[in-house]
Amino acid sequence: MPLKSIRQALNEALAQEMRRDPTIIVIGEDVAGGAGSDGQRDAYGGVLGVTKGLIGEFGEARVIDTPITESAIMGAAAGAAVTGLRPVAELMFSDFFGVCFDQIFNQAAKFRYMFGGKAKTPLVIRTMIGAGRSAAAQHSQSPYGIFTAVPGLKCVVPSNAYDAKGLLIQAIRDDDPVIFCEHKLMYDLRAEVPDEPYTIPFGEANVVRDGNDVTVVALARMVHYAMTAADELSKDGIEIELIDPRTTSPLDEDTILESVERTGRLVIVDEATPRCSIATDIAALVADKAFAALKAPIRRVTAPHTPVPFAPDLEKLYIPSPEKIAAAVREVYGYGR
Amino acid sequence: MSNITAITMPKWGLTMTEGKILEWLKHEGDAIAPSDELLEIETPKITNVMEAGETGTLRRIVAQPGATLPIGGLMAVLAPPEVADAEIDAFVAGFVAPETSGEDDTVSDACGPRETEAGGKRLRYLDIGSGDGPPIVFVHGFGGDLNAWMFNQPALAERHRTIALDLSGHGGSTKIMDFVLDAAGFAADIDHVLAALRVDRVHLVGHSMGGAIAVAFARSHPDRVASLTLIAPTGLGPEINGEFIDGFVKAERRREAQEVLRMLVHDPELVSRAMVEDVLRYKRLDGVAAALSAIAVEWFPNGAQRAGWADAVATLAMPVQIIWGRDDRIIPVSHGQALAGRMPVHIFESAGHLPHMEKAAEVNRLIARFLDS
Repeated sequence: MPLKSIRQALNEALAQEMRRDPTIIVIGEDVAGGAGSDGQRDAYGGVLGVTKGLIGEFGEARVIDTPITESAIMGAAAGAAVTGLRPVAELMFSDFFGVCFDQIFNQAAKFRYMFGGKAKTPLVIRTMIGAGRSAAAQHSQSPYGIFTAVPGLKCVVPSNAYDAKGLLIQAIRDDDPVIFCEHKLMYDLRAEVPDEPYTIPFGEANVVRDGNDVTVVALARMVHYAMTAADELSKDGIEIELIDPRTTSPLDEDTILESVERTGRLVIVDEATPRCSIATDIAALVADKAFAALKAPIRRVTAPHTPVPFAPDLEKLYIPSPEKIAAAVREVYGYGR
Repeated sequence: MSNITAITMPKWGLTMTEGKILEWLKHEGDAIAPSDELLEIETPKITNVMEAGETGTLRRIVAQPGATLPIGGLMAVLAPPEVADAEIDAFVAGFVAPETSGEDDTVSDACGPRETEAGGKRLRYLDIGSGDGPPIVFVHGFGGDLNAWMFNQPALAERHRTIALDLSGHGGSTKIMDFVLDAAGFAADIDHVLAALRVDRVHLVGHSMGGAIAVAFARSHPDRVASLTLIAPTGLGPEINGEFIDGFVKAERRREAQEVLRMLVHDPELVSRAMVEDVLRYKRLDGVAAALSAIAVEWFPNGAQRAGWADAVATLAMPVQIIWGRDDRIIPVSHGQALAGRMPVHIFESAGHLPHMEKAAEVNRLIARFLDS
């Protein structure tokens, strides 16, 4: 099976879905051109090349380059969705959601409910998350916890190219607004991805690795850091079960709870800040529903409660590392033994 | 040192890159003959027993239980008793482990599966090995694909050309089901692939629904089929596990898929997470749900088998053998037992509906011997 990067997987998902369904449009800043574009036609395909080739195949009516105005992009996309199109809107950096959050949080997310189920809002918002490029505090955040907190929004946080393609197609076919978070350091990460279109259901976690000693839940880039930690820990005979929820809303609670009921020990790894976060949410879930199974306190390995530092050394310290994950697992593993 | 043999990690199936040693079934110093069971190896898909290929004494176990080795990694050393320990030491020390395949060349290399547009539709197949005589063609069952033969095709490819195909609606083949979905309709897939490969005469090995499809091919092309090996085939009686068919068609999530897949085997522990994941990855492809539903309606309406070929068996000119697992919970072993006396019927204890995976080495031997006879 061909190996494809996350960038290629997302591009293929968009192209295949746009061929299948003429109501799908792409709208956002630079989605047609981007760096190096002659200003008219496709050059790079967005700042990260995900939409490359789409304007050539589908034309300007379906691949809409916009001015730098997030509120207009999301407002137009939400309106288009509720009136019969299936927009895939791009919010270049998730850090900018503040300027368009009324359109997302108080409009798109509420339409189905406010119109008594008579309106659907098949809107996908693709957006970049993640620290690690010295892009400073305003271009490095991972605010999927905020999106997850909004009823009416679904939230996808893929960690590999196979999941990225299947989850994006699922998002496009979903009749509710979906925030699709892409980690900016992971676009070149490759995996086996079928050429054919496929979907991955929301709310179905991926068990990345089997183990009976400690359950580790991780998202996006942290899945790979946790795997690095798992290889180290395995040398000492500690086998973690690694769970990648893939979607934070809906969340596959059963897979996490069943694992913790077996291991009795839980570490959650999250690149986002810890207050009111996914890590905190999952900790509460397990404390609430699997307390009797716990043999050790739940540990969260997260960023500190600060903005993302600009200085590369500080940024490195800010992001959870395989070493920090391994240390947390050892602590939880050793508790009470 | 030519009489020292390395026992290395085998490659079972396309996606296997490493294996974990579970247990040695022989000890250092034991005399070994071909097809002695040496050790149990856990692959991402399933656990299997590796058998010896040569005669000698198990002089050194290099990799202990729990160790994970890449394909080709040294597990043990076989040599006659007179070879000095120092020579064994030197052999182990000088053994050059093969390069672990990087991600660039894992699957899409020249020896991987290919596709043909034969007969106006995309069909995927894996064509490996060479040898005299007609090639062996493997036909998988309902919901399977060419990887069903991961323990059989590589082994038989050592002495034969082998071709495993994905039937329409399965694996990497087309999911457009614009033909009559009966056994003859699927048998056309075999014909298309063989035409593309310019292969005329073959030995057919079919499992479950693939068994009935192999029979259909043999009935319409009797001169092109040298022999038929049918593993727990459909078409010999009305009974089939409707709960399995229904559950397999409907399963979308890991838990549901695991539950139905466990019905396939004698030991449910054999169904690994990777095996479940593979089935789900297939089932998620566009068109698969519709294809499987359509096949189930055509082949197994209301939880029973529709068409039978039991009476046609007597009219087949080529040799036919039947292989079944005693604990088959999908199609009862009694269907095969009813044919005893008319053809060889081999029944394996402690095996379910997948004897070619659960008892791979024995099934491979049966196929190899059948071709030679």
